[in-house]
Amino acid sequence: MELQYLVAKIYVDGDLRIDPVSVVNVFHRLVAQQALPGVLVDVAELLHVPAGPGVVLVGVEADYALDHTSHHWGVLYRRKAPLAGTNADRIRQALQAAGQIARLLEAEFPGQLTFSRTDFSLTVNDRVLAANTPATFAATRPELEAYLQGWLGRAGSTLALLESDPRQRFGVRVQTAVPFDLPA
Amino acid sequence: MKTSDKLWKDLLNGKVPEQLGQEVDQFETEIGLRKQGKIEEKVFAETRLRRGAYGQRYDNGQRYDGTESRKLPFADKPTKGPGTVWDAPGMLRIKVPFGGLNPRQLEVMAELAEEYSDGIAHVTTRQDFQLHFIHIENTPTIMRRLAAVGITTREACGNAVRNVTACPLAGVCHDEPFDVTPYSKALAWFLMGHPDTMEFGRKFKPAFSGCAQHACGLVQMHDIGYTALVRPGADGKLQRGFKIVVGGGLGPVPRQARILTEFAPVEEMLPLTQAVCRVFGKHGEKKNRNGARIKFLVDKWGIEKFREEVFATRKELREDPRWLGMLQDIEKEEEGPLHPPGQLPAFGGNDRLYEWVKGNVRDQRQAGYVTAAINLPLGDITADQLRSLADIVAKYTRGTIRTTVEQNFLIRWISKTDVPALFADLDRVELAAPGATSIVDVTSCPGTDTCKLGISSSRGLGGELRNQLVAKSYQLDEAVKGLHIKVSGCFNSCGGHYVSDLGFYGVSRTINGYKVPHFQVLLGGEWEHNAGSYGLPIIAIPSKRVPAAVDFVTEFYVKNRLKDERFHAFVKRVGKGPVRALLEPLNQNFPTHEADPGFYSDWGDPRQYSIGDIGIGECAGEVVSRYQFEMTAAERLVFEAGQHLDQDRLQAAGETAYAAFLRAAKALVQIQFDDVSNDPDEIVAEFKERFFDTQVFFDPFVGPKFANDFFAAHAVRGEKFTADTTHHRIAEAQLFIEAVHNCYNKLRSAPAPATKA
Repeated sequence: MELQYLVAKIYVDGDLRIDPVSVVNVFHRLVAQQALPGVLVDVAELLHVPAGPGVVLVGVEADYALDHTSHHWGVLYRRKAPLAGTNADRIRQALQAAGQIARLLEAEFPGQLTFSRTDFSLTVNDRVLAANTPATFAATRPELEAYLQGWLGRAGSTLALLESDPRQRFGVRVQTAVPFDLPA
Repeated sequence: MKTSDKLWKDLLNGKVPEQLGQEVDQFETEIGLRKQGKIEEKVFAETRLRRGAYGQRYDNGQRYDGTESRKLPFADKPTKGPGTVWDAPGMLRIKVPFGGLNPRQLEVMAELAEEYSDGIAHVTTRQDFQLHFIHIENTPTIMRRLAAVGITTREACGNAVRNVTACPLAGVCHDEPFDVTPYSKALAWFLMGHPDTMEFGRKFKPAFSGCAQHACGLVQMHDIGYTALVRPGADGKLQRGFKIVVGGGLGPVPRQARILTEFAPVEEMLPLTQAVCRVFGKHGEKKNRNGARIKFLVDKWGIEKFREEVFATRKELREDPRWLGMLQDIEKEEEGPLHPPGQLPAFGGNDRLYEWVKGNVRDQRQAGYVTAAINLPLGDITADQLRSLADIVAKYTRGTIRTTVEQNFLIRWISKTDVPALFADLDRVELAAPGATSIVDVTSCPGTDTCKLGISSSRGLGGELRNQLVAKSYQLDEAVKGLHIKVSGCFNSCGGHYVSDLGFYGVSRTINGYKVPHFQVLLGGEWEHNAGSYGLPIIAIPSKRVPAAVDFVTEFYVKNRLKDERFHAFVKRVGKGPVRALLEPLNQNFPTHEADPGFYSDWGDPRQYSIGDIGIGECAGEVVSRYQFEMTAAERLVFEAGQHLDQDRLQAAGETAYAAFLRAAKALVQIQFDDVSNDPDEIVAEFKERFFDTQVFFDPFVGPKFANDFFAAHAVRGEKFTADTTHHRIAEAQLFIEAVHNCYNKLRSAPAPATKA
């Protein structure tokens, strides 16, 4: 199963302690400096909708966001352009990109905004590539676990289906036994 | 292009209606050909527009970052149209005839918003959906997935018949003689791709209403509008038909539609509309897009000649079996309830439920049933909410819901017994905001967020007004709660500012050497009576001071209104003068940029405000003073013209509006030619030579339109004015003034203005 268009979301540690609107200015600066990989185009402030996409930095190959979907704040990387390589390559790339924007935001709001080192999710943003079914979970689980073990070592992690509703996208929530380093 | 596109095509094989499938295949091929440079960019641009794939801000590859305009590092590929970068995200508009949707369609909309957009689906002011930040190469798969559930994007944009809108209460309304829903549906599919609609010079928007007195259908502001009527036929039985109006529209200079026929039997609806389309396609303007809407043809010919031509054309049409075929069994399509009728249970001290019912729920014509409005912030809904809404619609209805032109949803056929449970279900997914269609339910076009034409942030302002008004909604007077606020990012009126109690459209001004976002305040518009009258601008206010302006006006209204006096009548009685006087202090005591940089940025956008890529120019002291003096006079004149119009002094109104044109033109001419006289011919000649012939005055989007309006006003000066022509002249004068401001800003940013030898 080809896992393209991955969405990696690293959750905020505890409650969000910044006004999310302050991220708008940071994202505008990142567009001006083209400071992240890919072409960065615009900033969409969508805080008026509850449990929504929050503040989105829109790019051509990928989007970045301070996301509030499902009422869980987190930093999000959404791959839009296909990537060559293996599934493990694509997982690594999504987590690295999410880690990059997480570190960047933590540096912008020192002491106020920290992202979890034990809790993140991975979602396949394409229903035909990966339907949200137990079969998909069963088929992808070994590959995901192998990647996580390679990254986290023997410390271990638990994987759970992110959403049970088959209309949702297939995604897994990963919680690790020991804190991980944000992938660089 | 996604790696899954082929999989989707295979998966949906046999599920996409053949005709729609073929069209999507063709479009996919055209995308491929354009990538190879085998289709001309202009042709491809119109092709994609007719498929609903629209441009978006920054798709020219340039973006102002708060300091300067920079080129975005897009890959070098063929363009999507003149000056339109291939990889730049665009918007996809999705047609929803009469706003009607079912649960599966809601679910698909949610899927598409997640997989291709930013997770948001946006309901427009014409009952469509829009998805933003879409890549052109993903559009064929999106279209297939939509087509598989009976939705098309065909002709959602471009010079075509746009979405056919209809009153969302159709079928359950107390005032309608019959349900217009199936007729609007029949018209939408009859006109889609019809040969008589292929030659339009501009877009064409139809609307249906069940009655004349309420606003839901807004037929008066449409290119063609149908109002349901019945009258006794030859056999004595009541016969269904429509009053048909043509040539209405908002845009920069709004027009009220004129009567094509007082009554056309329903059997004549399709052929007569076909005749209108043929006449418009054949005789409408093609070259000058600013004069190409059908309203200009009706203006040019007069309604009598237009009517004559339409009825003559109708007689020549070859008989089409679909004229009657599409209307067969139409009454069987009427919606009905899922649950038996009931009574509204007691609220049991649930204040939130009480407020929601009061603001969002209304009785249907059918006893025991109600409609419930879902108040969406700025027309936006998340993918998760859409899925939940699909479940709710399936739970309480036979699977139908409608979008509204106020950017909301309306669920119909709710048994009164179900109301508390429905509220609880909606509340669980945060879709139970009260105040639908009240003052807190602010309507807004996309504005500078995503629209290429946006001047000020209409969504930013709309969101801020909504937040502030919701916070104090419990203190608001009932009369104020009933007002409408509509915001457009520019003069084009996509937000509907002309037909609102309080309307706003984005403009810019220069303060202390910086450009500052402003909004023109409009009063006198009427949402009721199917958009019965249009407002006029009274004053431009800095964007950050608009919430204060709303407070001033509403407090003034509450304090001075007569018992039961509606806002529209109140404004007419007291006049716009006192309201303008009330707002004038908001145009004084501006903070310096150093003291309050936020004043110089727009709502929701912390960047230093800019229009286009124009930088901050050096101020030429004395010339600016003189210019500003003249422009202040011009703005005063256009305001006075509006006052004359309010008091039915048509001649004075028209002449004053013309004087405003002259004064603004003179202000511009004086920058280069100090000694210009007050002789109108000389002002026009100098203006023409310096700013028109050189194209310096041309607007980037509408070209010479504003100058041509000025020349036309000059050519017919001394004419006898009617209410319509006066209204147009005033609106045109206001737009000319805005264009002078823009031209002036452009000149100031240029290295050295040319001077006449």
